[in-house]
Formats: sequence, structure tokens, C-alpha cells
Amino acid sequence: MAFKEIELNMGPQHPSTHGVLRLKLRVDNEVVLGIEPVIGYLHRGMEKLWENLTYTQIVPLTDRLDYLAAVSNNFAFVLAVEKLMGLEIPQRGQYIRVILAELQRLASHLAWVGFMANDVGAMSVLLYSFEIREDILDIFESYAGGRLTVHGIRLGGVPFDLDGEIIAMIRKALADIPRKVRDIEGLLNENRIWKHRTEGVGIISAEQALELGLTGPALRASGIPWDMRKDVPYSSYQDFVFDVPVQSGSDVDDRYLVRMEEIRQSIRIVTQALDRLPPGEFLAKIPRSPKIPPGEVFHSIEAPKGELGFYIKSNGTDKPERVKMKSPSFINLQSLELMCKGNLFSDVVGILGSLDIVLGEIDK
Amino acid sequence: MTGKTLIFEFLIPVLKIIAVILYPMLMVIVMIWLERRVVAWIQGRIGPNRVGFQGVLQPIADALKLFFKEDIIQKNADKFLFNIAPVLVMFSTLLAFCFVPLGESFKIGTYTLNLWIADSPVGLLLVLGLSSIGVFGIIFGGWASNSKYPLMGALRSVVQILSYEIPIGLTVLTVVFFSRSIDLIEIVNRQFQAKIWFGFMLPVSFLVFWISGIAETNRAPFDLPEAESELVAGYHTEYSGMKFAFFYIAEYAHMVLVSSLVVILFFGGWLQPFPNVAFLSFLRWIPGFIWYLIKIMFFLYLYVWLRATLPRYRFDVLIKLVWKWLIPLSLVNLLAVAFLQYIL
Repeated sequence: MAFKEIELNMGPQHPSTHGVLRLKLRVDNEVVLGIEPVIGYLHRGMEKLWENLTYTQIVPLTDRLDYLAAVSNNFAFVLAVEKLMGLEIPQRGQYIRVILAELQRLASHLAWVGFMANDVGAMSVLLYSFEIREDILDIFESYAGGRLTVHGIRLGGVPFDLDGEIIAMIRKALADIPRKVRDIEGLLNENRIWKHRTEGVGIISAEQALELGLTGPALRASGIPWDMRKDVPYSSYQDFVFDVPVQSGSDVDDRYLVRMEEIRQSIRIVTQALDRLPPGEFLAKIPRSPKIPPGEVFHSIEAPKGELGFYIKSNGTDKPERVKMKSPSFINLQSLELMCKGNLFSDVVGILGSLDIVLGEIDK
Repeated sequence: MTGKTLIFEFLIPVLKIIAVILYPMLMVIVMIWLERRVVAWIQGRIGPNRVGFQGVLQPIADALKLFFKEDIIQKNADKFLFNIAPVLVMFSTLLAFCFVPLGESFKIGTYTLNLWIADSPVGLLLVLGLSSIGVFGIIFGGWASNSKYPLMGALRSVVQILSYEIPIGLTVLTVVFFSRSIDLIEIVNRQFQAKIWFGFMLPVSFLVFWISGIAETNRAPFDLPEAESELVAGYHTEYSGMKFAFFYIAEYAHMVLVSSLVVILFFGGWLQPFPNVAFLSFLRWIPGFIWYLIKIMFFLYLYVWLRATLPRYRFDVLIKLVWKWLIPLSLVNLLAVAFLQYIL
């Protein structure tokens, strides 16, 4: 049957484009022929804005990039600045940073699995995963006061020490998470409908993934064990024992499996960091608004969504001359057309969900 | 005309007609409330509990809200079809309830009160036919909106409903083999005489019918025509106000209808369970209508349970499921039942 090819506009207001992404789809009945992401609906001119702010003022603004993983954004930016300053961070500060970043990874992955399941129609998983995420947000609230945009990491270390009360909270939450995550996996892992919706859908080969610069769980699901925490350790990640989960199927299901395993590995890291938390200072002595020596620097970390990097050019004042952000969501989104072509329209939401994009980070 | 004939010939039929409109509406209200509360309970939330006792009046508040909403017909829509679509969906579902018996007839003095409006010898055929007419409402609604998402939703639902009608027809035939009638009341009476409900005699038929029934009502996990994460709201995306409410109510009324059919065809309608067990004889005092309601509510609860648990099928898998599994299965089942019927 000849069906007229239609152009379908998905978003910017659409239940499953994860914010304000707009997709221009060309579909033949249900088959996707082409897909063009249109971005910029959440553009706030962050990079330009930062040129007029001091380094200490920029850090809380990075919260608003990937708003599901605020601490990771702080972490990446602060590490880049400290690299330029040549600043040594106290060991306790480094460990607390790792704890916060890994808790943030847990929160981000848990939110992801909820959204992902909701996109393919399993509505209850969203509520279950948010219930777990709630415990982690409570920890952030007791630690830094914020829940979503936490601002948990400062230049030179962390703003507060981890006291016994918060450590007890973290330990209690970590003890609960594996059981609750198993509940979610019980709903999805062996579910036939879930398998139909995810297995063999949105395949991207390892070569294609590398060519497009895919990072994070999406790359590891394509069989490449690249994890910045393991391969280019920063902030004492070399002290911890953990595995980098890899899958070789490179489909949506594998991205799901990788993230679920990463949740367990993050729990391992946080437990080790809490057990071996070194005593001493947690914040290096730096001026309130430090002048950064002139030069250029790039530093990237393994954020929940992939490799998050900041390029900073300093001219010797307390404000950067130029900041460029390498956001994982932006780069991962490029692979959408490759993954979706020839698949069914229903799969577009699943594949988009599996990439774990956040529009705050794409549009900056 | 004496007063007696006035009551029996005129007043009672009118009251029954009103009842047959009110009964599905009441069930819809109960169902919407039940769905929200049960889904909330499954998900560890509280759900609506502010309007009325435990939120029972919430569906009414929602209906009132929709009643006062602006009725939007966008410029490029085909006005006639756009307006008639919700009416068609609602009409076909409500009309089908005329043929659904709600309980055994009982005597008031000399008058026999039947808990059904029409005792048609082809009741089953009429109900199935009417529920298929609802498809036209969906096609008209999706197509007349002149918008892409509703069109895609309508296309999906046409293919889906037409495909799933086939296993429904084939499994209903197996019941007819045993009941030797397509009169819904007669089917229940046969189950009473046979002393076993057809659902236990024909488990395959029941399962196929029930799965197809869920697909026929566009409910999870077969809710593709209105898959919110893909098609926004499917065929009724462009509808607002009471017209949207019509689609919404019709969907829930259709669920009640399918559950009623499952109960009548496979689970003895208003018959009480275990009629021969002596120590359960006190169950006889519960009227048939209550048994019937309990059974319907059980199947409606399953609808909600499925919705809260399962992800949504993809379109190709959905069609594969019916053409590769359900239709062959129901065909084999039909032949097997026919063969057994011939031998016995």
C-alpha cells in the first residue's frame, strides 16, 4: 500500500521528549525514514554568561546544566579550574566529592530508569524509582540544603564535612537500594513486552559509536569499556575497587542493563569511600575570589550521562575569558537518527529515552 | 387504561431504560475512582481522597470540570464527522447494554421483573456488532481531526480492533457450541443446567477472549492507539470538553461491557458459585445481581492491575501476537471443541 510520507513534528511540547526537544520526523505510516532533532528551546546563553562572572559565581550556575546530576556538573567545572590553578585538594575533600558524585550518579540513573520505563508504557516503575531517588535527595538536602540543584562541590574541596548523622543516612539508604532496585528489575528484566520493546532496537555499532563520539553508558553498551573513572582517574578514583559494566548488544536493553549494573558499582564505591574516609581538612585554603593564572585547560569527568568536560581559557583575572562545555547529552543525541532509521515510530521514544538526554545540558 | 397496566406497560419500561443508561455511567464512575485509587496504591501513592469519602466524588468533579471546558473545533476539521464521532462511540456502547442481562428475573406479586431490556434471540451477535460500530467513531474522530497524531492513532486502532475481532468471533463460537444459543440469557441458563461454567470447560477460549477483549477496548498493555508517550492522546488528541469526556466515558463503559461479556459467557453471569456445596448454601441468599457485580468488578480490577504493571506493546508485535498466536490458537481450539462435541 502506498502511503504518503508525512512529516511529523514531535515536540517541543510532547510527553516523552524529556523537556523541550523538538524532533522533525519523516515517517512512512509507522516506519521512521528520517529524524532531525531541533534544539535550542532551553538556551540560556550559559557559556557567554560565565564570561562575566567570577569562577566562584559560575559553580552554582553549572547546577542548571544537567539538572538531574547537579553535583557532577560542579565536579567537572571545579576540577578544570583547579587543574589550571595547580591546586592540591585535601584527601578527605576528594573522598567526599567521590561520595557525592556517586550518589548523584545513583539519583540520575534511577530517574532515568523511571523515565525510560514510562516511555515504553510501564508507568509504575517511575514511582518506584523516584521513591529510591527520594532517599538520595534527602541526603543531599541534609548535606547542602538543596535537592535538585545541590551545589555540593566548591572550589578547593567541599563546603561541609560529612558528619556522623549524614553518614548514617547514606549507609541506611545504600542498604535499602539493592533490594528496591531488584524490585524494579523484577518488573522489567524478564518481561516479554519490555524485551520486545528494547532488544535489537536502536543498535549502534562500536565503530559508529566511536566515530560519533558517544560516551557514557551508551558507549559501554556497545562493547567499549571506556570509563573516565577507570582510564583517566581523577579525585582519587584509583583508590576504589569497582567494575566497568560492559554489554555487547548495543541496543536499548543493553543500555538499560549497563545502567542498572552501574547503580550497584556506585554503591560499592560509596561504601568503600565511607569506610576509608580519611581524617583532616576537606577544603583547601583559597581566596574568596581566586585569580586564575593565564592559560588554557580541558578536564573531563565521567558524569552519569557520559564524558562531561570543560575547556577554560583564563586571562589571569578572576573571570574566565572563554568557557566551552563538552556536554555528553549533546553528543549522544547526534546518534539518534542513526539508531532510529528504519525502526518503528514507537521505538523513537524508547531510543531517545535510552540515550538519557537532559535538555538543560544540550541547550546550555 | 387501568393504573396497573400503566405501571407495568409504561412506567417500568421507562424506568428500565433510564436504569440502563445510568448503570454504565455509575459503573464508569466507580471504575474511574477504582482505577485511580488502585493504581495509586500499587505505586505507593495515595491518590484522590479529598472530594467526598475517600475521593469517590472525584470522577464527578472531573466530569463537571470537563462540562465547563471550552469546546474547540479546529479550523481544518471536518465538522460533521468530528462532532458525530464521540456520539457514535458513546451510542454504540450504551446501546449494547440493552442486551446485557443484569440478573435473573424475579417476581413482584404477579408481575415478573426482568433485569434486561431486550431479550433478543441473537443478543450476543448484537452486542458484538454494536461494539464494532464503535470503531467507526474512532476512525471518524481521528480522521476528521485533520491532524497527524490523531490520524496515526486512528489507523492503529482500526488495524488493532479489526484484527482482534477475529479471535473474539472464533472463541465465542465455542461457547455457542455448548449453549446451542446466541441468546445471552439462554447462555447463562445453560451454564446453570450444565452445572459448570463454560470458563472452566473452555479455558483456552476464555483466555483468548479476554486478551482480545482487552485489546478491543484499547487498554494497557494494548493501548497503542492512545499511547501517551508516542501519540500524545491518540485519536482524541484534538477533542476537548464534553466530546473528550464522551470518548473517555465510552472507553470505560466498553471495559464494563467486555467484563460483562466475559462473566456471562464464561463465568455464569449471575449464578452463584458452588451451588452444590452444602455448607455454602447460605450464599443462595445473595441476589444474582450482586454475584454478577462481584464478578464484573474482579475483571475490571484485573484491567487496572495490568495497566499498573505492564509496559506497552509495540505495533508490529501486537499484530504478530494476534495473527501468529491468538488466531491460530482460537482456530485449533474451535476445531478441538467441535470435535469433542461431536464425539460426546
